[in-house]
Amino acid sequence: MPEIQANLLELQNVVVTYGVINALQNVSLNVSKGSIVTLLGGNGAGKTTTLRAISALVPVKSGQVLYQGEEITNLKAHQIVSRGLAHVPEGRMVFSNLTVLENLQMGAYLRKDKKKIKSQLEFVFTTFPRLQERAKQIAGTLSGGEQQMLAIGRALMSEPQFLMLDEPSLGIAPLLVKTIFEKIVEINREQKITILLVEQNANLALEISDYGYVLETGRIILQDRSYSLRNNPDIRKAYLGG
Amino acid sequence: MIEFLQQIINGVGLGAIYALIALGYTMVYGVLRFINFAHSDVFMVGAFSGYLFSRFFQIESIFGGVMVMILSMGLCALLGMTIERLAYRPLRNSSKLNVLITAIGVSLFLEYSFQIKLTKPLLFPALFPVKSFLLPGGIILSSTQILVIGMTLFLIVLLQYIVLYTKIGTAMRAVSFNPTAASLVGINNDVVISFTFGLGSALAAAGGILYALNYPSIEPLMGVLPGLKAFVAAVVGGIGNIPGAALGGLLLGVIETFVNGSPYSTYTDAIAFILLIFILIFRPAGLLGKVTVEKV
Repeated sequence: MPEIQANLLELQNVVVTYGVINALQNVSLNVSKGSIVTLLGGNGAGKTTTLRAISALVPVKSGQVLYQGEEITNLKAHQIVSRGLAHVPEGRMVFSNLTVLENLQMGAYLRKDKKKIKSQLEFVFTTFPRLQERAKQIAGTLSGGEQQMLAIGRALMSEPQFLMLDEPSLGIAPLLVKTIFEKIVEINREQKITILLVEQNANLALEISDYGYVLETGRIILQDRSYSLRNNPDIRKAYLGG
Repeated sequence: MIEFLQQIINGVGLGAIYALIALGYTMVYGVLRFINFAHSDVFMVGAFSGYLFSRFFQIESIFGGVMVMILSMGLCALLGMTIERLAYRPLRNSSKLNVLITAIGVSLFLEYSFQIKLTKPLLFPALFPVKSFLLPGGIILSSTQILVIGMTLFLIVLLQYIVLYTKIGTAMRAVSFNPTAASLVGINNDVVISFTFGLGSALAAAGGILYALNYPSIEPLMGVLPGLKAFVAAVVGGIGNIPGAALGGLLLGVIETFVNGSPYSTYTDAIAFILLIFILIFRPAGLLGKVTVEKV
């Protein structure tokens, strides 16, 4: 069971402000090792900001981010990656001017062991065969779904233990969404990579996750096991379409 | 016809130097989206450090000349990185206008601090053996022209190799496209930006020395006009585009040489800016620049 295992990531009373606006107010959450945890909430609830705070893309005003029990609050973004966290950002942010292969090589920027990089590349290509077919293609010419696969593949190239995914289904054909979610589960089960998932499609997110947090205007208003959240009448009404 | 060919050769020789300087403007623009106006003064410092290092080596020798170039390029790379570290990095998150004004400040600082000591122009030594070759048909090709063109070609090919096929070069392109995404894969943007300044400044130093071999009178304000023209070359080729900067430089050198050989030679210095106006009206992204549409 996930909750009896150690916490891989822990947020304690994290506050993030944009100017005078509080984007996150005392957000505390735990992600246990090996689990899939999802963050739900409407637009502007603070889901993306939570991921950006963990990745040090926005400064944490107060509170702490702990990873494997060590404080990583306000390290530089590139140092966070070296700790074993990877972040697939909102909007995918693939390097459109580089080839698919170069994108993946950049994902392994901090890796030194050439053999391991090569085997990791093979793993990414087995997971997403489409990327192998398009390896020499400029990433900007890929479809939205393929770019999402590339963004996930690039994050996997850093050999993370912890993966954050921001809206992987956004703007993608429904058929591909299914494939991508299957891959996310596969990555979690087979590679033992812990996942923190932000997703608009709450149905899908609760289906594959173990635990969920619900954010509203920068606060956590509810947290529970995913199947309980799925059966919670308030959640059904607000996020699952009745 | 002979005169036409002769002018082409002269123009390419001049244009190669503009190209070397233009590369620095375009690379820095690529990663930081601002014009480093102090770049033309790094070019000037390149010529002066060539003058300084030439005292330690035998002049008019290939070995000595190459050593002087390498040392000056190294020194100017350090200078460029220092300028970035001290003047631009503290302003990384402020508005582009602040950085631009700072760049002009750094430019004036370099020019006038050199003027404190140097009140008269210095005579730049002939670093390499000088010879002239008479080609069939009466075209004259000097060894300096061969050196300038050959050295520029070599440096541009080397630069293209670094940018396209090395890890740090790929990282430069990644930072240039999206610094946030670059930091998310573990790239330290500061290191890449510093490297870019070093590379661009080394090329400017090479340009400064090659320029001084052609026009041996060197003084603290010598970078101003070639620097502005190289900036025009970078814009003409498409700012941020490396082959574009090389093309823009060559084109500008050739056009300028032809104007200089025509009855309108008084407009030699003006032609670059006339070209700039036309490019900005008819092809604002530059010859090789693409108008990019972002895919969301």
